Amino acid sequence: MAVVEAPGRPAASDRRRPGRSPGERGWIAAIFLLPAVVFLGALVLYPLIYTVIRSFFNDGPSGRATTFAGLKNYIGIFTAQDSLQAFENNIIWVIVVPAVVTILGLFFAVLTERIHWGAAFKIILFMPMAISFLASGVTWTLIYVDTPSRGLANSVVIGVHDMFGSQRSFPELHPGNSAKGLTGNPKQGFTLTTPVTSSDVALFPLTGFNLTSPPPGAEPAVKPAPGNGISGVVWNDFKLGGGGTSGAVDQGELGVPGIKVEALQNGKVVATGTTEANGTFRFADLGNGSYQIRLPGQDFTAAYQGISWLGKDLITPSIIVAYLWIYAGFAMVLLSAGMSTLPRDVLEAARIDGASEWQVFRRITVPLLSPVLLVVFVTMLINVLKIFDIVFIIQQAAGGDARYGNVLAVQLYTDYGNQRFGPASAIGIVLVLLVIPAMIFQIRRFRKDES
Amino acid sequence: MSAGKIRFLIGSLTAATLVGLAACGGGGSGGSSGSASSPAAPATSASAGGDLKGQSFTILGQWTGGEQKAFQAVLDKFDSETGATGHYTPAAGGDEATVLGTKVAGGTPPDVAILSLPGAIAQYASSGDLKPATSAMQQATKDNYSSEWATLGSYKGKLYGVPVDASNKSTLWYNNKLFGNAGITKPPATWQDLIKDSKTLSDSGVTTPISVGGGDGWTLSDWFENVYIRTAGLANYDKLTKHQIPWTDPTVTTALNTLKQIWGDKQLVGDPAQAVKVPFTGSVDNTFKANPSSAIVYEASFVATTITSDKLPAKVGTDAKVASFPSINGSKPVVEAAGDFAVGFTDNKAAQQFMAYLGGKEASAILVGTQGSGFISANKNLTASDYADPTSAQLGQQIVSVGDNFRFDMSDQAPAAFGGTPNKGEWGDLQTFLTDGDVKAAQKQLEKDAKAVKWQ
Repeated sequence: MAVVEAPGRPAASDRRRPGRSPGERGWIAAIFLLPAVVFLGALVLYPLIYTVIRSFFNDGPSGRATTFAGLKNYIGIFTAQDSLQAFENNIIWVIVVPAVVTILGLFFAVLTERIHWGAAFKIILFMPMAISFLASGVTWTLIYVDTPSRGLANSVVIGVHDMFGSQRSFPELHPGNSAKGLTGNPKQGFTLTTPVTSSDVALFPLTGFNLTSPPPGAEPAVKPAPGNGISGVVWNDFKLGGGGTSGAVDQGELGVPGIKVEALQNGKVVATGTTEANGTFRFADLGNGSYQIRLPGQDFTAAYQGISWLGKDLITPSIIVAYLWIYAGFAMVLLSAGMSTLPRDVLEAARIDGASEWQVFRRITVPLLSPVLLVVFVTMLINVLKIFDIVFIIQQAAGGDARYGNVLAVQLYTDYGNQRFGPASAIGIVLVLLVIPAMIFQIRRFRKDES
Repeated sequence: MSAGKIRFLIGSLTAATLVGLAACGGGGSGGSSGSASSPAAPATSASAGGDLKGQSFTILGQWTGGEQKAFQAVLDKFDSETGATGHYTPAAGGDEATVLGTKVAGGTPPDVAILSLPGAIAQYASSGDLKPATSAMQQATKDNYSSEWATLGSYKGKLYGVPVDASNKSTLWYNNKLFGNAGITKPPATWQDLIKDSKTLSDSGVTTPISVGGGDGWTLSDWFENVYIRTAGLANYDKLTKHQIPWTDPTVTTALNTLKQIWGDKQLVGDPAQAVKVPFTGSVDNTFKANPSSAIVYEASFVATTITSDKLPAKVGTDAKVASFPSINGSKPVVEAAGDFAVGFTDNKAAQQFMAYLGGKEASAILVGTQGSGFISANKNLTASDYADPTSAQLGQQIVSVGDNFRFDMSDQAPAAFGGTPNKGEWGDLQTFLTDGDVKAAQKQLEKDAKAVKWQ
């Protein structure tokens, strides 16, 4: 520093301000430093020290510090269910995100280097960085959400699933709560408890049609006349406004059209048919004997509901994906900048020597780029340890499952809100301790770069 | 030194002083606000015009929308009568506990705060942050509210909080049209009826007859409390409220098992994994939107506010009807209620007079009479004609007429870390119970979480 220059040895700068004694210079330096020192002291040092002290105290009414708590607040982080979950999630974040962001960034940086319109791709990939975390969080919430309306992610998943999966016609139908004579469940289908002989009429009372907007094509149910083989009717045993006898085909009740019916003998399907618009079906050419009549399950199983993105198991991965979307572009830009400074001649020399592109990448690009890769990695590490905003925003849409996506910073905020300043301070200190190694590393690197 | 240098020096010194002062303000939290031992001299009647000219005070609350409008109307009336100026601010982000806690800890509390948690009143009273009610405030509370309400606003026998509004939390809201479609003519009066009617609704094509807003844990604790008070009785309710009996008590087992008859039935409440994500407003929307997927939603009188604010096509009173929470095993009618209290943090005269005014009939009448506010009140001097609509009037009068068979929301009286934190404590445990239906595990976890907090 200029202040400690030995007296009497004129430095270059002294030519501009002659005749100033070293003592005065030190004084001026102190004045210049004072604002920064005061600001740092008031805004960084004092809160930090106070937080350390506060983390060792119990909470009284309104969060006032009361008695000395020792390490209780720190131990609490690792024993209370909420904060332990938060800690575990933080570990997942730290393990997954910095590595994946760096790899994705490298991937994009290399790719955009080699394609036409690379700059355009870079702009698009970097765009999420221009959006605030809050807005990104809201956007991804709309992608993942299930209620009140289905989000983009599940719309796609369900669309693809239904393209290949079987179409279910009547997931809403089930045997009425007062219906008798039917066994089974939506998966296996429903069977009449009493076997039917020819010239009997099989009745399948189901319920569950939306009465105000019934399926198009459903006509009023009709009970077929007996005779001419086994006949029967599958109908919605409930009419608008209620009333009617349970298990009987009443006026105003609709038939279930186009549903599959099977006749079984000794557990084997011997005949199949489908119902008419009025719900009737008939197996005319069955021989004598008794048959089990069944509605196979495929029509009743509930429609595929998609993936519970913000549910217990997937909430943290889902939020991580949103985070990657934001930061992959950032990493790409840093790494692209790094790559543009790579010595071209080395790369070309390798290619001339017959190295494959993969070898060039693996043996030359990556090693030369490693200082930048490290910077990206460590920056992400620090960022991820104190992750708060995007988790907090997306959690809002997860309802009761939000707690499974908790991270330490969110837990700190919750504790703070409950005026549990002791545990909140302890979490804050733990986060600082976790960040410090990464910080020291970063500072050392900067020093090395400067020298 | 040149003039420029001197100016810089002065500038930097000023900045340093300012920062230093700010740091002192933040640091010296505890000492400045010791409790005043004697309440201020009785305030003169609020209606004596102009006596507070030029005085101003601040109010912190969490009302927005229609509720804020109604409250502002009360404030405007008070201001015009007395010449004072009151500033109402809703807490940023709707998180009043955090905003208030920060302000109090930082030594700059608002003059008045509107608190919905008696537990918070006790907390701030015990730490000496609150000023005891003036005699005018005590008088207003005594004249207009039953002693039960005064007790809720008190700590160690001293009144701190003046009741402002109330909500009736024993209300079952139903879609009248869907009931008609299913041929159900009257709302369920008993728990068994509720189950039976819901099954009939399911038969009539209602996908999820009962809409449970499990995404907001407080709807679940309200369900539980209504069942508990009916199966375990008032005395046990009071004990559990103060955690004098453990959550592993057999009465809790009974209540949870009863609750499971509905929560555990997919036909009635749909897939629990979905129900636990539906927020309260979503549960109301499901019941009263254009193509409703549900016919019944249990919550409180403020369901009406949601119907209005979400612009749902149902009209309160005709399409959206309300019934009392059904009786269980012949239990007598009992109302679970909640409400807001005004508390004072300073000796500001205008603020104290305003709180006394807030406890009076005139303020209550403006609150409940403002169209779209959804406010109801436990003020016993109100008549049905003071209310904006007959449904609110009916719900408000129910709280008053039920007399001693009234209890305040249990979770609202618990420490916030147990009964007031989204997805944590009691709320989180009931969300887990809704998902897995494990009574024993739920009780164990509830007791563990209850033990982890300090009960007053």
